[in-house]
Amino acid sequence: MAKKKQEAIFTPIGLNNDKNGKVEKSVKLPDFTDKTHKDLKLSDDDVVEMYRLMQLQRRFEERAMQMYQKGKFGGFLHLYIGQEAVSTGTVFALDDEDDIITAYRDHGWGLVRGISPKEGMAELFGKAAGCSKGKGGSMHFAKTENNFWGGYGIVGGHIPIGGGLAFANKYMGNDKISTCFFGDGAVDQGALHETLNMSQLWKLPCIYIVENNGYSMGTAANRHTVGEIHERAKGYGMKSALFNGMDALTVYENMKEIADDVRKNGEPYFVEIRTYRYRGHSMSDPQKYRTKKELEEYQKIDPVERMKSYLLENDILKEEEVEKMVEDIENEVMEAIEFADETPFPEPEALYEDMFTGTPYIHDRK
Amino acid sequence: MAVLQFREAIRDAIDEEMDRDEKVFILGEEVAEYNGAYKATEGLLDKYGFKRVIDTPISELGFSGIGVGAAMKGLRPIVEFMTFNFAVLAADQIINHASKIRYMLGGQASVPIVFRGPNASAGQLGATHSVAYDSMYAHFPGLSVIYPSEPDDAKGLLKSAIRSEDPVLFMESEQMYGMKGEVSEEDDYTIPIGKAKIKREGSDVTVVATGKMYHVTKQAAEQLAKDGVEIEIIDPRTIKPFDMETVIESIKKTNRCVIVDEAHPFGGLASEVGFLIQREAFDYLDAPVQRVCLPDVCAPFSKPLFDLWLPDAKKVIEAVNAVSYR
Repeated sequence: MAKKKQEAIFTPIGLNNDKNGKVEKSVKLPDFTDKTHKDLKLSDDDVVEMYRLMQLQRRFEERAMQMYQKGKFGGFLHLYIGQEAVSTGTVFALDDEDDIITAYRDHGWGLVRGISPKEGMAELFGKAAGCSKGKGGSMHFAKTENNFWGGYGIVGGHIPIGGGLAFANKYMGNDKISTCFFGDGAVDQGALHETLNMSQLWKLPCIYIVENNGYSMGTAANRHTVGEIHERAKGYGMKSALFNGMDALTVYENMKEIADDVRKNGEPYFVEIRTYRYRGHSMSDPQKYRTKKELEEYQKIDPVERMKSYLLENDILKEEEVEKMVEDIENEVMEAIEFADETPFPEPEALYEDMFTGTPYIHDRK
Repeated sequence: MAVLQFREAIRDAIDEEMDRDEKVFILGEEVAEYNGAYKATEGLLDKYGFKRVIDTPISELGFSGIGVGAAMKGLRPIVEFMTFNFAVLAADQIINHASKIRYMLGGQASVPIVFRGPNASAGQLGATHSVAYDSMYAHFPGLSVIYPSEPDDAKGLLKSAIRSEDPVLFMESEQMYGMKGEVSEEDDYTIPIGKAKIKREGSDVTVVATGKMYHVTKQAAEQLAKDGVEIEIIDPRTIKPFDMETVIESIKKTNRCVIVDEAHPFGGLASEVGFLIQREAFDYLDAPVQRVCLPDVCAPFSKPLFDLWLPDAKKVIEAVNAVSYR
């Protein structure tokens, strides 16, 4: 009897696999740091500010989501919720003069690099007072005066641009470094390969950081990419690191060490930070690709709650001080919403503005 | 006036701008130690060193993006492509990033970058090495596209391109690099981007042609003159911004127009300029505007097929005769 031929399978099967019925997540979290903030030479004020920034990102996005659901604005909305320790630990590890560029999950990055909640919310609402004058929206937050070069919407497209920021720093000999953040989905793009190869060859002072949140939109990491992501660095002879992104102190400790190394040695670094996003890829995502249990497991190690416990357990803040801080943040965010709602939309003429730095040329415009 | 090859005019423009501004640098495949695949960068490495004349791997997407990022930080990169046919691999950086970053960040960044290299066909190189991309890039807001035909235009316009605060695509031709022409010796010679030049005066038919097609049209003009037909050749030099005014003024005089375009017919320079002519000069036209362009097929290798494919003087003459009802 002829052997029954098996149907060919290409992509590894996720939740549809009725044999095990679960996604084999490749995202296993490394250990948290056991160092205290004092071991890491951070002051009490620093960790309080870390908590404030994480809570600000969280509250800003929770409210943004509500406003989106109320129909206050349209377009895409990709939330960073769950990943706030990454942005927060990183800005403390970098100098203010160092560059940051990221993908479209960018609200948190904007807030930690000086976009005010008002400017951020107004951008989401498409208002003229938005950080990008309402021209960019959720995916294109930027504050270039603070060396935050923006959020970008083509997966992997901004990776070579991150290399270009570092190229310019090396060209100008200014001792600044650049950091380029992207999701695990972007590691499958050719742009990453080209950029890593040139960065190592040309010794560009850049850190390329994968925020591996386990999913490339709805495709689990082990269904879209082979092997361990951080190990790709070996192919380029590049230094690499892997660490836990659910704790701001862990992120800070590692990013500080890496930033110092890149600044000192003038060579790039490839970093995989394992984290988790609580919300869908965007607002229209029914999240059928993961289990509720998995989500709950990560919510148990929430980075914002973790920092709150740290502050309380180490007597840095009292419970009522934390409550007061959260209340202040909540008020700030609500004021931002009020502002975003009331501040005007761009004037019609703005349609034609900001295309050019030099002489504007709009074809066939009377 | 000095007589220079096209490639020498290009090199002089780059040299003068690198000398003038420390922020200008050039990167691309074979630009440094090899002295340029087509010798457009010959001698620059010796003069400016490895920091400013940079060989890249064959990674068009990657090195174009590095150029864009460097431009955002205030440098002035010149990105050389061995041909614009290879730049398709970098289209994401040119189309999605260089042209859009300023707008989508609400004016917070500038991208003063020049992407340059040979465009369109260069003989029997097959389907993937023969495409004219000027019209395609001109489609996208925010990009200037220059495709000069003579060394003088090349020098003056490339200097302006390097000084531009915004992204510019500067297109050359493998087949024109050795072509000689008089080049202005005026100190710091620049030509404003977006100004056409009437390269031959004539009262019978206006013919618009740039790049390699200008030379095809010039041949046609000589033969037509023998038959007593005087065409006026307008070389736009810049595809975008396009100098429509010069074309319309000429048509008011000739009442007839042919557009010679090295691209395929759909949505190219010929169709856009043709549309604008019918709208702006309808009452002046004595015949429908004609175009000479590539057929809607890929470039063939075989010589007889290739010759059928590429616009030549004969096709230009036929089109001129058609609009003249001859």
